[in-house]
Amino acid sequence: MSATVTPQRERPPAPAGTGARKLTERAFRIRESGIIAVLAVFVAVTAAIQSRFLDITNIQFVLVNTTVFALLALGETLVVISRNYDLSVGSVLGLSAYLSASLFGQHHGIPIPVAFLTGLGIGLACGVANGVMVSAGRVPSLVVTLATLYIIRGIDILIVGGKEVVANSLPAAYTAIPRSTVLGVPDVAIAVAIVVGLGAYCLRSFRSGRELYAIGSNPDAARLAGIPIGRRVFAAFAASGAIAGVAGVLWAAQYGTVDSTAGTGYELQVVSAVVVGGVAIFGGSGSAVGAALGALLLNTISSALYVLGISPFWDQAIWGFLLILAISLDRLISVRLTAALRLRGARHG
Amino acid sequence: MPGPGAGTGREAGPVLALRHAAKAFGAVQALVDGSIELYPGEAHALVGENGAGKSTMVKILAGVHQPDAGELLVDGAPVTLHGPAAAQAAGIAVIYQEPTLFPDLTVAENMFIRRQPLRSGRRIDGRAMRAAAAAIFARLGVPLDPARIARGLSIADQQVVEIGKALSLDARVIVMDEPTAALSAAEVDRLFAVIRALREHGAAVLFISHRLEEIFATCQRVTVMRDGRQVLSREVAGLAAADLVRAMVGRELAERPAGAHGTPGEPLLAVRRLTREGVFTDISLTVRAGEIVALAGLVGSGRSEVARAIFGIDRYDAGSVTVRGRALRRGSPTGAMAAGVGFVPEDRRQQGLIMDMSVQRNVALASLRRLRRAGLIRSSAERRLAADWAARLKIKYGRLGDPVSMLSGGNQQKVVLAKWLGRRPAVLIVDEPTRGIDVATKAEVHQLLLRLARDGVGVLMISSELPEVLRVSDRILVMREGRLAAEFRHADASEEEIMAAATGQAAGPPGALAGQAVP
Repeated sequence: MSATVTPQRERPPAPAGTGARKLTERAFRIRESGIIAVLAVFVAVTAAIQSRFLDITNIQFVLVNTTVFALLALGETLVVISRNYDLSVGSVLGLSAYLSASLFGQHHGIPIPVAFLTGLGIGLACGVANGVMVSAGRVPSLVVTLATLYIIRGIDILIVGGKEVVANSLPAAYTAIPRSTVLGVPDVAIAVAIVVGLGAYCLRSFRSGRELYAIGSNPDAARLAGIPIGRRVFAAFAASGAIAGVAGVLWAAQYGTVDSTAGTGYELQVVSAVVVGGVAIFGGSGSAVGAALGALLLNTISSALYVLGISPFWDQAIWGFLLILAISLDRLISVRLTAALRLRGARHG
Repeated sequence: MPGPGAGTGREAGPVLALRHAAKAFGAVQALVDGSIELYPGEAHALVGENGAGKSTMVKILAGVHQPDAGELLVDGAPVTLHGPAAAQAAGIAVIYQEPTLFPDLTVAENMFIRRQPLRSGRRIDGRAMRAAAAAIFARLGVPLDPARIARGLSIADQQVVEIGKALSLDARVIVMDEPTAALSAAEVDRLFAVIRALREHGAAVLFISHRLEEIFATCQRVTVMRDGRQVLSREVAGLAAADLVRAMVGRELAERPAGAHGTPGEPLLAVRRLTREGVFTDISLTVRAGEIVALAGLVGSGRSEVARAIFGIDRYDAGSVTVRGRALRRGSPTGAMAAGVGFVPEDRRQQGLIMDMSVQRNVALASLRRLRRAGLIRSSAERRLAADWAARLKIKYGRLGDPVSMLSGGNQQKVVLAKWLGRRPAVLIVDEPTRGIDVATKAEVHQLLLRLARDGVGVLMISSELPEVLRVSDRILVMREGRLAAEFRHADASEEEIMAAATGQAAGPPGALAGQAVP
């Protein structure tokens, strides 16, 4: 029998920065640029019908409203990237909002940063509880956080009862936070944009961040690669909780009146903002910036419908439609991308 | 090109040696006396029939299993590998047939995960990482873009990524567990070039393959395993393919049951030119009433895929399947069942049984239509059916209501058989009917298949066990790489001939034999 190997034909030198790479980069950009395009269309159409929509006060209103959701979306992104879900963020926000705001009524003259630290601590505690049950207890996160969604809301109701924190019990400096602006841009919007940007940068540039993506992309391979899955997932839940706690303090400053229903139903809005923002629902890809843009889109739509005098019923219907659109687009892109990459692989091979 | 054992390899002694290793899993002695020595710059082939102990040896080298006896030496010093991480630290990397990568991460990240080069502030240095990956691919002579994501890579490219990862870990021993099984011819050539590059850089390669021609093409040494023992270990040069086949089969020929087979009747199942692109090509076969036809060949030669396509589980691209002259609809197991075909799949736990359901329910599952009255299943009829077949097949169970997971492997297999026999099929397809069951039950299953054939059922049996094939079948079709390679009558087949056909070492031109495939 012939014992020789057919010699390899000479290959051209490996193409640098090849098309496949550009293709993936473009696909990732498409995800975010898609949201920006939808956002632009909504703004343009609404503004054409009702120019009041582009009033500086309305834009500021939308941006401030978005901050809370953008923060929640950042936390949720950490969790969803690792193929988990945090459904407790709305309840964490509610509990943190009430407890931190009621501090002002109980102890006069408390510095505002203390309220933020309190919210952060409460959120962190909730996140740690979620993280322990998911990582150490090996319970699916959907179940764990569905349970804590009710438990934390229950604790909230027990503490609050029929009471509520009213705006005039809060220090003026606190309720002024959402209204303070720099060159017309709300301070909180700038702060949150920086936080989200930092979060996205960390996810991209640190080993632990990439390992979260790896866990979501292929949990079995992650185990084989020796990634400390439990520790990473735990950290994601703890961070998500802490961020939701801070968002609660911001929420209280914004609305002034806090009762036991604060943040009810936010978890689904946040998850859908994250998905519309291009984070894969089964983990492994997506960015915090995209998720925050998803949150911005959500608030822009609400505001546009309000300005146009359309029934808020449409708010949810349109949002649901966008969700389906986002998921279909995601499928389409990944199918196309896979096919395109296969083709390229074949040409190489 | 450097000759066998080029460079320093031989004088420096083996980089990795396994001596007289034994390993048992429960009552099964998977490895009795496994020895192998790997030298730097050498590709070493490990061959043997299914179940000869190759996988166990690989898993010992990979640190997955620890041997019960014997010793493992790295650079001449005895070591104990407590896990895959320890093997990796010792410079041993294992490339599996189908690697598991992170589909959403880039090729470079897949190679360097947890070890990404860093720049200031412990941030990942993406540029350095891609450059390092590109350097490794250049060394291997493979133009793979480090910056593309892994999703959509062919299996061959995924293996290259794994090999690159091994090199980035400074692996000195690279174990490839049947890497070529899922590759095209061009991809195999490229892999060989990669192996050559690895050898030239002084790595030791352990190459496992069923395809003997690949061993002659790429390896310098070969070790043959049989029944858990090393039976041959020497240079490839000077060996003939026939020597390897003889060493692999080696055992005394199994005795043939006398005169169990009657004269076959009318054709029941006729498969004509069945093709599924990239999986199997041009498969034609006929199973007659009262006949047992074996589909032999190596794992991965496409046997199970053909069976699944016949039964309608998988699609096929061309060809036809007819049962008693009536064409079966593609992709319709329901249609196949209605036409009288039964299918006992290879993996009974996943595909053949519903493990949490009772023995009774599992037996009745394929006969529910018959057990219905006014749309409701009569549980008394279900029980009668199950009890009847359990008695006929001598299934050992506690109660019919016990979950089938409580039964032993052999009895579980009988439940799967009972499920299909309850439908009184005209044609029964069985895939590895005796895998993982004890010798006594195995004999019972063989008797059962022979009895079915005497009752006029046509049986198509897939089996990797040559003694079993020779014992029960009337005709033997051998598949190789998705095609029928040879056909033997029960009377004139030998294990050596079947093995030779399955590995592509047929004495005559393969084309001539393939021509006999359809009588």
